[in-house]
Amino acid sequence: MIVLSRDWLLSETPVSRAQAAWVRRYRGWLQFRTNGLAMVGLVTAAIMIFMSLAAPLLTLQDPSAQDLAGRLAPPSWQHWLGTDELGRDIYTRVLYGGRITLGMVVAVVLLVAPVGLAVGSIAGYLGGLADRALMRVTDVFLAFPRLVLALAFVAALKPGITSAIIAIALTSWPPYARLARAETLTIRGSDFIAAVRLTGASSFRVILRHIVPLCLSSVIVRVTLDMSGIILTAAGLGFLGMGAQPPMPEWGTMIAASRAFILEQWWVPTIPGVAIFVASLAFNLLGDGMRDVLDPKQR
Amino acid sequence: MSASRLRPALGGLASVPVTLFGLILVTFLIGRAMPIDPVIAIVGDHAPADVIARVRKELALDEPLWVQFGIFLRNMAHGDLGHSVMTTRPVLVDIGRFFPATLELATAAIIMAVVIGIPLGVTAASRQGSRFDHVVRVISLTGQSVPVFVLGLLALLVFYVKLGIAPGTGQLDVAYEGVVPRVTGMLVIDALLADDWDSFWDALSHLAMPASVLAYFSMAYITRMTRAFMIESLSGEYIITARAKGLSATRILWRHAFGNISVRLVTVLALAYASLLEGAVITETVFSWPGLGLYLNVSLLNADMNAVLGATLMVGLVYVVLNLLADMAYHLLDPRVR
Amino acid sequence: MLVQIDNLRIRFPTPHGLSDAVRNVSLTLGQEKLGIVGESGSGKSLTARSILKLLPGNAVITADKLIFDDIDVMSADEDAMRRIRGKRAGLILQDPKYSLNPVMTAGEQIAEAWRIHRGGSRRLAYRAAIDLLVQVQIRDPARVAAAYPHELSGGMGQRVMIAMMLAPDPELLIADEPTSALDATVQAEILRLIEDLVSRRGMGLILISHDLPLVSHFCDRVVVMYAGRVVEELRAADLLHANHPYTRGLLECLPALSHRQRRLAVMQRDPSWLEE
Repeated sequence: MIVLSRDWLLSETPVSRAQAAWVRRYRGWLQFRTNGLAMVGLVTAAIMIFMSLAAPLLTLQDPSAQDLAGRLAPPSWQHWLGTDELGRDIYTRVLYGGRITLGMVVAVVLLVAPVGLAVGSIAGYLGGLADRALMRVTDVFLAFPRLVLALAFVAALKPGITSAIIAIALTSWPPYARLARAETLTIRGSDFIAAVRLTGASSFRVILRHIVPLCLSSVIVRVTLDMSGIILTAAGLGFLGMGAQPPMPEWGTMIAASRAFILEQWWVPTIPGVAIFVASLAFNLLGDGMRDVLDPKQR
Repeated sequence: MSASRLRPALGGLASVPVTLFGLILVTFLIGRAMPIDPVIAIVGDHAPADVIARVRKELALDEPLWVQFGIFLRNMAHGDLGHSVMTTRPVLVDIGRFFPATLELATAAIIMAVVIGIPLGVTAASRQGSRFDHVVRVISLTGQSVPVFVLGLLALLVFYVKLGIAPGTGQLDVAYEGVVPRVTGMLVIDALLADDWDSFWDALSHLAMPASVLAYFSMAYITRMTRAFMIESLSGEYIITARAKGLSATRILWRHAFGNISVRLVTVLALAYASLLEGAVITETVFSWPGLGLYLNVSLLNADMNAVLGATLMVGLVYVVLNLLADMAYHLLDPRVR
Repeated sequence: MLVQIDNLRIRFPTPHGLSDAVRNVSLTLGQEKLGIVGESGSGKSLTARSILKLLPGNAVITADKLIFDDIDVMSADEDAMRRIRGKRAGLILQDPKYSLNPVMTAGEQIAEAWRIHRGGSRRLAYRAAIDLLVQVQIRDPARVAAAYPHELSGGMGQRVMIAMMLAPDPELLIADEPTSALDATVQAEILRLIEDLVSRRGMGLILISHDLPLVSHFCDRVVVMYAGRVVEELRAADLLHANHPYTRGLLECLPALSHRQRRLAVMQRDPSWLEE
């Protein structure tokens, strides 16, 4: 029975597995809460996610509505953050752009984490030839410069959000495989794994139900920390014209389009830049805080 | 250096051919996955059918994929990476022209990053929890979170436009172009070699801003890693021993604590340098710096696949070499790894 | 009097305020061998290290008197302490695997201790280091001097530590569990070496250990600590006539070869010991 009262969550003697898990999570949360910077990161990230998702509710204007007569206008009551080079409201575009950026990040993570986990834990558990082969592949991808390879991928496919996501994902998964493999190697020799195998569990079952859950916490930490890097890479691709294409309000693309106006109407390229910075910073702080709680040994 | 120490270091070498092969294969596949017909890209839309057929045969585009790969490899071995549609020169020549500028930029950046970053990280670790430490952590954190191009644009805005103290984009003022004979391709060095101080200062002042922008990011990473390593090192028992010996704080900090992490730091530096090459792609675009990054970006926009692949291969190659050097350095310098 | 400690109190900050780790500890040391015995957490290491002010940064130290020779340690600043450390008092830690710098050779570390306090050229210091290695009974001093700590056995590592701490010719040596990480056969050798060197140089010795018979064997006086307090202080020879129930309990727990015991005694802890 789950009774989410404070006493129940702080209990020193949990009576069920569910309760024990909840006690652990609550303790972790309490510890996380003491870290000021991490809380700032969490709140900021939460606000950004909320504002992006609720963009239609929070904005009054259409992100693609042009007003060439009123282009490059400074912030005013009508346009809270001014207008861009085609007269579109920057505030609206930033919020909608948040959807694109966060959407890309989530898509990348959903691709990368399972693949990396799978490759790493399989390689670590099976060992031998499978291990060496999988690690060779991982090493080859690890040896590639991330941005450059993503650029080449995107160029070969068509420049756009989908290609950008695939490109970033293809270059981001190796560290997760390495991480999962390292964790698996540590766990592999444990007695409880031997016990499960003695009961006749197949390798697949052992990996999926026993090894992967234990690797999860380091992977989660890594994912959160990586998110800031993915945001920067996605924006970078947008800036270089290889990511989201205009007229989509992706932050990097917005900066590229309005680059020439940096001298007079500096806010037009700067505001999306600030958005990228804040998003990246928030996830960095959040990731640092989570690492302190979940995996203090990891640097 | 004894042979027994050299062997595990060279063991890393064995994986390099495999990695390189993988890199070349992937690059090749990317090139072939391109939706734009390479023939049209070369001869144009309105070429007659027989010209198209001839060029197609020349490029062996009708052969099976593995044959094409074989041809690709053979060409590579002869240094033939194809011709750039844009510059009409062989890609290899283009790379030779543009790569030194990137090297110059990256090297200047890493020197600045190391000279500032390492002492900063060491001092922050020695004063953990102090206000100085917090400031350093904030600088580090910001450096990791700001997109390069935003910082570059802002730097241009502030220092070039508003304050007027930095020169504009590019490697040189137009007035100095072609004045200094090209030896290494790195203008600062070439100007020194030619004893041309005017050109030297012009080149240096143009180098300052893009290198500083790049250096900021590297510095953020280097400072963070140095600080983390130092904190770990300072918690060791041998630090208590060093204190008990009556050594000065400076000596303990640098000779003992830092001495223990210097090898790991070399690996960090190699990785930082490698990622600088990547960061250069964006920085060169912002500052119109005529390096490999700009070449790559322009080729991408023009769908000049030979150039794109050639540049990607070059960067990948340098990456692999740097990783290998870092690995070898680790084996050779750390007395514990035998 | 080499060391005078009066009413030493060491506290550490915890979420519930400052907590006592060492309380109301007083002891003196002349040119003799003093043993401090206690279990883990009894505060013996902290007490000894406070003489050199080598405690963790967040420790809060108060004392009526904390004097080394003629220097008031309580009010001494870092510079003054650095003049004591090494030159006038040395500290040997438990496990040379961790307490020796892994990236410097044994010779370099010993030579460093020599040079900092005695001056001279690097070569002179290195030769002095080799000479010291001979004094700590290492058979192949040149090879050991060129070796890194991970290439040395535990016993050799401790000898290097001893050589390093004796290089500046101090008056006091604090040995914090110097043999706890060593094999039983090597333990006696190392202790005898320490005893020999300390006697010959006319030094004072504080030997910290959890091993009561060992301490009583090698020391002149013994101080027994429990839960951060001194519970008993007596001459090593009088150990069998100890008064305090904790000391008696320790003695009784020792398995003896001389008389048969059907069951080994178990220490009964009296909470009133914590009140003293």
